[in-house]
Amino acid sequence: MTETTPQKPIPVTVLTGYLGSGKTTLLNRILSENHGRKYAVIVNEFGEIGIDNDLIVESDEEIYEMNNGCVCCTVRGDLIRVVEGLMRRPGRFDAIIVETTGLADPVPVAQTFFMDDDVRAKTELDAVVALVDAKHLPLRLKDSREAEDQIAFADVVLLNKTDLVTPEELERVEATVRVINPSARIYRTQRSEIDLAKVLDQGAFNLDRALENDPHFLDHDDHDHVCGPDCGHDHDHDHGHHHHDHHGHHHDHGHDHDHHHHDAPSPIHDVTVQSISLRGGEMNPDRFFPWIQKITQTDGPNILRLKGIIAFSGDGERYVVQGVHMIIEGDHQRPWKEGEKRESRLVFIGRDLDREKIERTFRACEVQA
Amino acid sequence: MPTVAPLDLEGHVVGVAFLKDVPFFAGAAGAVHRLDHGHKTTEAHDGLLSFVVDEANDTLLTGGEDGKVMRISAHGTASLVADTGRKWIAQVAAGPQGAVAYAYGKTTHVRLFDGTTREFPEQRTVEGLAFAPKGLRIAAARYNGVSLHWVAMSGQPVDLEWKGAHTGVTFSPDGRFVVTAMQENALHGWKLDAKPGAEARHMRMTGYPAKVKSLSWSAKGKWLASSGAPAAIVWPFQGKDGPMGKAPLELGTRANIMVTTVVCHPAEDIVAIGYEDGMILAARLADSKEVLLRRPGKGAITAMAWSKNGRQLAFGSAAGDCGVVDIAG
Repeated sequence: MTETTPQKPIPVTVLTGYLGSGKTTLLNRILSENHGRKYAVIVNEFGEIGIDNDLIVESDEEIYEMNNGCVCCTVRGDLIRVVEGLMRRPGRFDAIIVETTGLADPVPVAQTFFMDDDVRAKTELDAVVALVDAKHLPLRLKDSREAEDQIAFADVVLLNKTDLVTPEELERVEATVRVINPSARIYRTQRSEIDLAKVLDQGAFNLDRALENDPHFLDHDDHDHVCGPDCGHDHDHDHGHHHHDHHGHHHDHGHDHDHHHHDAPSPIHDVTVQSISLRGGEMNPDRFFPWIQKITQTDGPNILRLKGIIAFSGDGERYVVQGVHMIIEGDHQRPWKEGEKRESRLVFIGRDLDREKIERTFRACEVQA
Repeated sequence: MPTVAPLDLEGHVVGVAFLKDVPFFAGAAGAVHRLDHGHKTTEAHDGLLSFVVDEANDTLLTGGEDGKVMRISAHGTASLVADTGRKWIAQVAAGPQGAVAYAYGKTTHVRLFDGTTREFPEQRTVEGLAFAPKGLRIAAARYNGVSLHWVAMSGQPVDLEWKGAHTGVTFSPDGRFVVTAMQENALHGWKLDAKPGAEARHMRMTGYPAKVKSLSWSAKGKWLASSGAPAAIVWPFQGKDGPMGKAPLELGTRANIMVTTVVCHPAEDIVAIGYEDGMILAARLADSKEVLLRRPGKGAITAMAWSKNGRQLAFGSAAGDCGVVDIAG
């Protein structure tokens, strides 16, 4: 292989999940299924990965704090090294999978792909996939913040081991996951059995694709609610229309609820992550950009993820933004379609966010009619 | 006009060197090539990660994805120094009396000429290794600083602390300074000859637009050349406080083309400068005069080495286009 032709960035999938959640099973599935793709896998320990002929690299999780005074600017030093080594021989694999330990913080892993220039030049974070043990999640949430962080940060959540819980328990666990992360895609699985097309090649961090491929993106927020333990709806389809059976909710799900959020405080114990969904009209770019910069500077440490589609006045194209802590990226994505409602939507997932302030200041960026 | 004898290899070139007068080129796939009355090849590793020259023994030391540390002679024979299983050996260093240092994970291993191996554990992953120019002393770069260990003695290491990730380390040829490359586009230095008990003095060398991946001391150790900018950044180390309070030289400045590799001439105060587009210049420190040694090629220059007499420069790139420049033409 030579580098004479510009290479397409290698996609990187990050697998997170507590010990026993089924990560290794999923990994073995990915490596053994006949999909014609080759993977390089970065693991903390060779452990139980049963496949020999794939490229598996052992690496100690090593968190670097950047020397810029920002406590949330952390990257994974080991990934920088291993990715550099792997990319010297790029012909061997089509994609990279990073398996993290059960207690790992997914944020430095993700930030590595934004903050390190060398890594960023050659690879592209595809998605963060969290495995959740349906049986043990309630316990995990009691004793660890990592379990919650992993869910909050994920693009795809596999609610695994569903055969070990009753349908009622499963509904409760799924509702909890949904509270922690309203924008993730959730799949119920047993023994990590899943169509790999739902896990790999998701483009979740690709500004172009993240919002386009997922018709449900941000639409979970249309519910503007926290699914309580009694919420039994199915999140797998048709989120735009609120036809779900939201029994037990204390608010309506009408279509007309701009700036209308009541998803806090969470009625679920042991959940400390909150999400704030914002919806508004057209934005004034001269107000919006300073605002989003300021919010991510001041509240960055508390923001795990943010994603949004912004309609700027006088701009024929949709503008998409996403962020991790203080890192924020945005770009024009595509022209607004004929008849498409020109509105701005933004979701923050984090902790200790000042909902009133964020909503008020977001609204102040709207073009005044 | 210098002439270039090309050698086209496949893939990323990790290191080049001259052993006696034979140029060697080590590819990331694991083959070590040499031009010794024709192109010859030694299969050293399944995946080659690290490469240094053992000047004292006229051999190469390499570390691989296969967990092996190999010594390669001027005749191309490879012998096993250590086998660690499946660990990636990303760091090797050559010491006095045939000592070989290598690291994986959080531990430095030093294999002595008598076959015994000593281990020096760190709190964090070892990211760079260098032997001191005098005495059997090894420096291990790691998060938040450098640890200096006397290999033959047991005892506490000297810890040189500086917050942040240190990804490479080098001693000045006179042993007075230790310099590291850092994750955040900077070098950090410590002056070692402080009075006993006094704190080692710090030197911060910042302002790089990219990470510094290549460092080279000038012939008499008065200058330290570095990559990481669209020019070779060359710091003055002739004063007793090193580069403190002094501006570096900027040699071979190009608009937006980054310098990826630097190597100083073995006798003259001249530095060869390799760029990301494959071009190579030589620049004289005294007057910044430049000579083109090679036009842009297929890939970024990843490795260069001068022959001992300083008349030839071997180079390799990320795309495998290698060669030897004959300065005399």
